[in-house]
Amino acid sequence: MSTKVSPPQAFLRFFRWFCDRSLHPYVEGDLIELFRERVERYGKRKADLLFIVDVLFLFRPGIIRPLFMNQTTTPMGIYENYIKIGWRNLLRNKGYSMINIGGLAAGMSVAILIGLWIYDELSFNKYHENYDRIAQVYRMETWDGVREANTAQTTGLGTLLRNEYGSHFDRVTMVRARTEERVISSIEKKFTETGFFIQAEGPAMLSLRMKYGSPDGLKDMNSILLSSTVAKKLFGDTDPVGQSISMDAKWDLRVAGVYQDIPKNSDFHDASYFATLDRYLDGWASLNAWDNYHMYVYVQLKEGADFETITSIIKDCTLPHLNEEHTQTNPEIFLHPMKKWHLYSEWENGFETTSNKLMTVWYYGAIGVFVLLLACINFMNLSTARSEKRAKEVGIRKSIGSLRRQLVQQFYGESFMVSFLAFVIAIASVQLGLPWFNEISDKNISIPIAEPKFWLSGFAFVLVTGLLAGSYPALYLSSFSPARVLKGAFKPGRGGATPRRVLVVVQFSVSILLTIGTIIVYQQLEFAKNRPVGYDRQSLIGLRAASPEFHGKYDVLRNELKNTGAVVDMAEANYSITDIRGWNPGFSWGEKKYEPAFNTIFVSYDYGKTIGWEFIEGRDFSREFASDTAGIVINESAAEIFGIKKPVGEFLKWAPGGTDRGTFKILGVVKDMVKGSPYEPTHPSVIFLSRYDMQWLYVRLNPGVGTHDALRKVERVFATLVPSAPFDYTFADEDYAAKFEEEERIGKLAALFSALAIIISCLGLLGLAAFTVEQRTKEIGIRKVLGATAASLWRMLSREFIILVTIACFIAVPLGCYLMNAWLQQFIYRLPLGWEVFAISCVGGILITIITVSFQAMKAAATNPVSSLRSE
Amino acid sequence: MKKFQLGEFEEIVILTVGILYKEAYGVSIKKEIETRLSRNVSVGALQTALKRLEDKGYIKSFDGESTEERAGRPRKYFQITALGKKAIEYKKSTRESLYRAIPKIALKANMIGV
Repeated sequence: MSTKVSPPQAFLRFFRWFCDRSLHPYVEGDLIELFRERVERYGKRKADLLFIVDVLFLFRPGIIRPLFMNQTTTPMGIYENYIKIGWRNLLRNKGYSMINIGGLAAGMSVAILIGLWIYDELSFNKYHENYDRIAQVYRMETWDGVREANTAQTTGLGTLLRNEYGSHFDRVTMVRARTEERVISSIEKKFTETGFFIQAEGPAMLSLRMKYGSPDGLKDMNSILLSSTVAKKLFGDTDPVGQSISMDAKWDLRVAGVYQDIPKNSDFHDASYFATLDRYLDGWASLNAWDNYHMYVYVQLKEGADFETITSIIKDCTLPHLNEEHTQTNPEIFLHPMKKWHLYSEWENGFETTSNKLMTVWYYGAIGVFVLLLACINFMNLSTARSEKRAKEVGIRKSIGSLRRQLVQQFYGESFMVSFLAFVIAIASVQLGLPWFNEISDKNISIPIAEPKFWLSGFAFVLVTGLLAGSYPALYLSSFSPARVLKGAFKPGRGGATPRRVLVVVQFSVSILLTIGTIIVYQQLEFAKNRPVGYDRQSLIGLRAASPEFHGKYDVLRNELKNTGAVVDMAEANYSITDIRGWNPGFSWGEKKYEPAFNTIFVSYDYGKTIGWEFIEGRDFSREFASDTAGIVINESAAEIFGIKKPVGEFLKWAPGGTDRGTFKILGVVKDMVKGSPYEPTHPSVIFLSRYDMQWLYVRLNPGVGTHDALRKVERVFATLVPSAPFDYTFADEDYAAKFEEEERIGKLAALFSALAIIISCLGLLGLAAFTVEQRTKEIGIRKVLGATAASLWRMLSREFIILVTIACFIAVPLGCYLMNAWLQQFIYRLPLGWEVFAISCVGGILITIITVSFQAMKAAATNPVSSLRSE
Repeated sequence: MKKFQLGEFEEIVILTVGILYKEAYGVSIKKEIETRLSRNVSVGALQTALKRLEDKGYIKSFDGESTEERAGRPRKYFQITALGKKAIEYKKSTRESLYRAIPKIALKANMIGV
């Protein structure tokens, strides 16, 4: 029969593929009918040909199916329905929706903030284009049996690397170790600025973005590059290239270029200028010295070279240049790549250890995850709690023919919708809160709006949150059996009770843990702040005597200042009072030699009176005894090391590095001064009298005169006597407070995060309590009718929650104890952990729970039973 | 006045649908046009025209029986709607009025010219 002959299959398939679904069967019918007739009339070959022609002619608009419409029509309708129902549900339960979305948004904001913060930490120094190839030269040495990593190098090393090993590097540059504070002045303005003294190749290595001039501008010893902020302060908006400025009123420098300010997340961010290293050395030190460690050396590798290989080449390069004493420390040179500078720069006995910064990144990361988890838990809790309302819907959908898969889809869809809404709110609130967050975290973070990666991760984030938050309701609600639900025999509230309880416990454990952490951070901070510092910080101002003009004006200045009546006294010292620089070994007492180095400070006669030394024994330097120029004052720790029973009046010999500096009489012993980290033990100090090389000037203001007036008077004296130096003073108490910045930042952020965690948890609790009360409305009504008192009802409703939070306390306390103990270990001067913190946190947690729950419980207990029983 | 849109081929198709009355479906329409007007009609052109006519509401369709010779595919029969009827009447009357408006002489002159 004719069924055997069939038209060319390829074309028939092609036709089926492109043809409009609504036309397809009829037209195909026509084609086949025609084909069969033609087979009989003309034979198969011609019929095939004609069939092909027909098909090709059918390939025209009007017959070809539309591209999209047909495939998607069916599911679209149901999705629309899901969205509609989801939206209506949100609107119908405004209170719950607000708690849900608000809580999730709060959690997301925290997570986004922390995410941005971590991103900022991880992308540190990426501003520099040669990021991947720059390394700092480190030196590992053994001192007193301990391997130490050092950054300060000799000029000899830098020169050696450049001359002998230059083939391995694109660039080698030396920088004066640490920033230098200098007074920079144009004709009419002067400012104290911090910056670097660097070799000519440095700016190109750091890829400074030039606004004016070129990064190669440092070829000439008397040139300087300024940051755009400083350039603007000095010269306004004009191009200052070629203008001259003076530094510390002794050098005239030519501005060779202006670079864009280096952003905060670079290790060079505080560079307000780059001057030449030659200018700094100024002939007093050579570029090939091997005895002075005052340089940082940076190298830029050749393309494709790796740090380890080069390290193994240069490892021992310094050995031939060091004396025997030094080679015994077994110095090894190594390269520390720029990408590890920020988070991986701590060593312990020669091995890299997890740095505090990295720990902080981990801590914050964990907090972010936890807070987000809390918000998700809320969402899950409330959704399961509300499931009774949705149970009927699920039953009906199922009996109409909804598959379980579809219901799962629906509930996931809803949770995605909510998490997306929350994301939008979170983005908005992060945008609003960023300036404030930047201030406490000392960052300069912005939302990278133009970055597709950010949005991509944002949406991934919504997806994950949606999944996390929606899983429980999606899988749980969709499992309801329709028959039981519709009959009303189903009590979903009971079903989800245990997991819900577990979630509440988790939530409160985290909240209480964070509270404990915050309180301990703050206590440690207060503890260190209240540490006795050995001098009087109040109304003491310090400034850098950074101008040659100060020379020989000590007495005039002091007298003039004292004459104003606003000043109690004035003194000078070679180092700042909040600085621990100046270490020298070589002290001996009779036959007894002392190995360790002491913190040596040089001061003027009036130092003790000015800063307010507290003497334990002996007396201060005095002009009345001419022999006091060969006198010293030591501190308690030093006295302890010297081990002299009656130190006052004894003589110490000092011969640092073999050169005899003479014999000194101990005049007095003072209490230790906390100059360095307030968490470290104080250092043994020996204080000498000197008139030379004084860098710092201290003025004690008269507390009887108002600070403002006193400062004006002091400034006037400075302006007449040392007009070239800017009156850039700092208060000693403020300098001291700056030492707490890092911990204060951690404290503030921890407070912020734990406050949010508690708010989120309470929101969740509020929602749950409201739900319980609503579920038991009738029961409460009946109880009241039978004579239950408000107090007993309150007890009944609050009991469960209080038990849960108490369990949470039992989890949080040991965990907090363990974690905070670990945190405190990093401080030597630390707070003893007391039980009070834990008690306060737990009682606080329980109190907040009671308040939150009581609000709902009291409302329920106060309602008129008539109104609750009359419904239905 | 463009009250009724009806192309030349569409006009032929709708008239043929009318001729075939209850027997108008793809293949029969094609054959009818081919025999009456002795011109070739491709399935594609025909189907497009039918679809357009249907979209304009001049003809309507209903499913017919499915037969063995069509490998089980149903036929789709077409019928002229009231609107379709108006459309062809309008077309016919406009043509006639135009034709009648031609002066006799013009036709003759044309003949001479040819």
